[in-house]
This record gives sequence, C-alpha cells and structure tokens, in this order.
Amino acid sequence: MRDAFVARLTALAEDDPRLMLITGDLGFGVLTKFAERFPRQFINAGVAEQNMMGLATGLAMEGHVVFTYSIANFGTLRCLEQIRNDAAYHDANVKVVAVGGGFSYGALGISHHATEDLAILRALPAMTVVAPGDDWEAAEATEALVNTPGTAYLRLDRSSMDRAPEQGERFALGASRRVKEGAAATIISTGGMLGEALAAHETLASEGLLTRVLSLHTLSPIDSPAVIDACRTTGGLVTVEEHSVVGGLGSAVAEVCADAEVFPRAFKRIGLRAGFSSIVGGQQYLRTRYGIDAAAIVAAVRSIAGA
Amino acid sequence: MTTRDLARRVRLHALDMTSRGGSSHIGSILSIADILAMLYGEVLAVDPANPRWPERDRFILSKGHAGAGVYATLAECGFFPTERLKDHYQDGSDLSGHVSHKGIPGVEVSTGSLGHGLSIAAGMAYAGMLAGKSHRVVCLLSDGECDEGSNWEAILFAAHHKLGNLTAIIDYNKIQSLTTVADTIALEPFADKWRAFGWRVLETDGHDHDRLRTALGDEARVGEAPTCVIAHTTKGKGVSFMESSVLWHYRTAKGEEFEAAKRELQGDA
Repeated sequence: MRDAFVARLTALAEDDPRLMLITGDLGFGVLTKFAERFPRQFINAGVAEQNMMGLATGLAMEGHVVFTYSIANFGTLRCLEQIRNDAAYHDANVKVVAVGGGFSYGALGISHHATEDLAILRALPAMTVVAPGDDWEAAEATEALVNTPGTAYLRLDRSSMDRAPEQGERFALGASRRVKEGAAATIISTGGMLGEALAAHETLASEGLLTRVLSLHTLSPIDSPAVIDACRTTGGLVTVEEHSVVGGLGSAVAEVCADAEVFPRAFKRIGLRAGFSSIVGGQQYLRTRYGIDAAAIVAAVRSIAGA
Repeated sequence: MTTRDLARRVRLHALDMTSRGGSSHIGSILSIADILAMLYGEVLAVDPANPRWPERDRFILSKGHAGAGVYATLAECGFFPTERLKDHYQDGSDLSGHVSHKGIPGVEVSTGSLGHGLSIAAGMAYAGMLAGKSHRVVCLLSDGECDEGSNWEAILFAAHHKLGNLTAIIDYNKIQSLTTVADTIALEPFADKWRAFGWRVLETDGHDHDRLRTALGDEARVGEAPTCVIAHTTKGKGVSFMESSVLWHYRTAKGEEFEAAKRELQGDA
C-alpha cells in the first residue's frame, strides 16, 4: 500500500507543483526517488511532528497541497492538536499519511501499534478519514485526496494486496465498494482487513454461505446508504477492523444504523478488545492472536447464519 | 494617526472589550499594544481593502489569548468597523476570546493553544521563499509560550532553512500565568538560546516606538537567518495598578477599576 501511495504521488507531483511531501524523518529508501526528482516539493522536517504539522498548515495556506508522512502514531497522536486547531480548523489542504496502520509494525511494540487512530481522527470535524483496503484503493485515494480540498487522514497498512479492480470501476471518497455479493451476511471491512474478509468469504462460499463484502475505505464521511442497504437485504452485519472496537468502524456503522433506525438482523464487531498489547509479533500472528483474522470472521458469519 | 495614537486606541478598546465581556488577559494585551500599533501602523505591508492581497506581509499572533488586541488593531486600521468590537466575547459572536480568523478580515490564523503559531509562520515563510516572494512573515509570541517544545522545533527548522523572511517577536514581560517567568521555567540567558539555535537576535524596549520602528522594520530584514526581536515589555503597560502584576493576567476591570484604568489610558496620548 505504501509503495502504491508513493508511486501515485510521484506521478501526480510531476504535473502539479502545488504538491508537497513532508516527512518526519521516516521513509528510508521509500521516499528517496520522490526527494531526488522533486527537491522543491520535498521537506524532511526532522523528528519533530508538531512542527511538521504546523509547517504543513502554513504551506497549505499559501496554496500547496501538503502530504505529511510518518509511521504509526507519530504523525497523528503526537501532533493531534496541530491537526485539529491548525490544519482542520483552517480547512487547510493537509493530508496526514500514516503508514503502519494497526499491527503493521506488530513486533515493534505498543508505541508502533496504531490501534485507536481511526476513532480519534474521525472525531474531528471536517476530517476525511480513509483506510484503503488494497493497493488500488491506496493509489486512487491518494489522487482523490489531491483533488478534494480540505484536511484528511490516510491510513495505510503493511498488508499489500495487489488486487485488480472490476472493469471500469471508479473510486470515490465516501463510497464503499461492494467487492463480493451474497445475502447470508455482509462483511464490512476497513483498511487491509479486506484481505481477511475476502479469505473468509471464500471459506464461507465453499460451505454454501454467500456473503456480501464491502470495502469501506472511507470511514468519514461514511457510506450510510450502503450500510442501510446491507441491513435491509442481508442476514446481518460483521464489521472488521484492525483497530480497537471503541470508536472505529464498528462504532461508526452502529451509529449509522441507530440514527437511521434501521437495524441489522444480527450485528457483530470484530476488532481489538483486549487493551494494549504487550505481546508482539508479526501482523498476521497478532490478527490471529486477538481474534480478528479470517477464521474469526468465518465464525461470526456462521453464528449469524445459524450454521 | 500616529502609532502612539493607534496604540492608545487599541488599549482603550481592549479595556472596554475585556470589561464588557468579562474576559481575561487585559495585562497581556496592554503588553503588546505598542508592538501591534507599530506593525499595523507602519511596518507591515497590508491592505485593509484587500485583506487577502497575495503580496501582503503575514502576521500571526501565537499568543492567541491577546486576540482582543489584534481585533482592535485591525478595526482601527479599517479592516472592519470598530462597532463590531462590542461583540467581543458575547453570546453568538465570532470575535472569540482567543484570536480566530473565521469571519474576521485580516486575521491570518486562529490560535489559542500556545506553541502553534511559529510553525505555521515557518510554513508560510518557506512557501514564500520557494515562490521567490519578498513579503515577510511575522509571528508574535509570549515569553511563557517559549516553554512549549514545539516552538523549539520550529526555531531549529527556520534556522536550518535560512528563513530570512521570518521574524519572531517575543513579548518579554517576564510574567506568565501564575508567577514570574524566572520562577516558572527560567528562559535566561534567553537571547543566547536563540543565537545558539542560529537566529539573529535584536533586543528592544517593547514600548519605545522609535526603537520598535527600527527593530521590527529594516533591522529585522537583514541577512539570511531568521530574526528574533526580544521586546522587553511591561505586562499591563499603561495602567499603573495593572503593571507587572500577575493578577491582571486573569482579572477583569469592573466598576471603579475600569473607570480608573480608562482615565489613565485616555491620558496616555
């Protein structure tokens, strides 16, 4: 996902001198090409995220479209007030990019587990919050954010699924993608959990349980019509996120249902419930350890279907 | 109008605004009235008829709690009618206690949480440098605000990138929220710290208009390095019983105190 983001941003920067990329001293080997090709559009702000976000705001106020780049929680929580007061309140064209969503850097410890970011950032007014599900979505989201004025958060994770879109498919911020169709239940995933959702879909299909799979890449603004339709036309909802169940995708979906007074026949949230993880491990290991992998989704759908 | 007249009017407005609305920070506003008057009266290239003029100098008040002083200055300079100042801090008003840009011509940036302004100013200055523009970016900070680590991130950045178009002004009245700066988190040797970080440093009396004119004007534009103007000020300047008093960081002048303050400020022409 990260590489898809960088590649698209590099392609866009060629023809758009407004585009700038500021890194908080991260991206070794990843941002090098961009920095060499576009030295006037690249700043390494050093290990100083608060200043990075203020700089981004100042540059955006002068007409630039600014992407800030960092990993895990450094570019979000460390400078949350700058994102809120400076970028968002001023409607500044700042796109906060974090690579390492969820357990991408699982072995590095809790400082690097980005597991509350979606809840926190979607609480900010005027923030677009995007967590792409595959490489295509990451690249398309990057371009869409360039073309959409305002402050946004782009959460990329390490899972990298090079999955071709449908013929002629177009990406739109705020619109989910229906990547599989079925009526037994709807699996709604955000971010790289799309891979787990699709794996679960395959297992269930082999058992005769057909599920709809929605890639809800934009958490804010949320695609309410797709959620409501899933309530009405499928056997229940299973939300899937590599994130705390507090305030993330599952919460956002529940808010949509409650506000619309349209309730799913069953509702299960798959996400993190165990608190901080002092246990470390690879992304896949931790997904399994905390019950947010394909097997957990399969079990949830089976229970909804009474299978 | 001379800058002294402008400063006197700003002080009177600020007294009126904070007393009417019952807001704090009159001492902090009186401390910077002369700096604001010199900036908007003579130094900054701004156009009240065209607040978003691309070539304008940019000014950011990082010590947002003194926002009433900026509103008063802008109104007196013709950015919007002085009549609007009566709304300050009132229900339904957009003239918030901490400076806000929304709906207020001439305010570049909203602040209120300390330690934000200088980074934004550095971003603006960087953009100006990239574009080869000649306008300046000026940011006014409080002394207590320099406790915030984010400022020192910006200070490092601005020196590294030789943002000579950036000026930081410190309102060095030596009093912060609860007590003196020296007894809170000592800043001295303050000028040396800025110099060690790669900035040019000018020191001036923050109430002497002739010296302010020189320091904020031509002097601050010299060279490649960003410039820090340490303005030695008196908190509550112009009202004898407010001067150098911690109390008037928060207290609102009411009744006889208000009348007495007004009499003193009216006499200070």
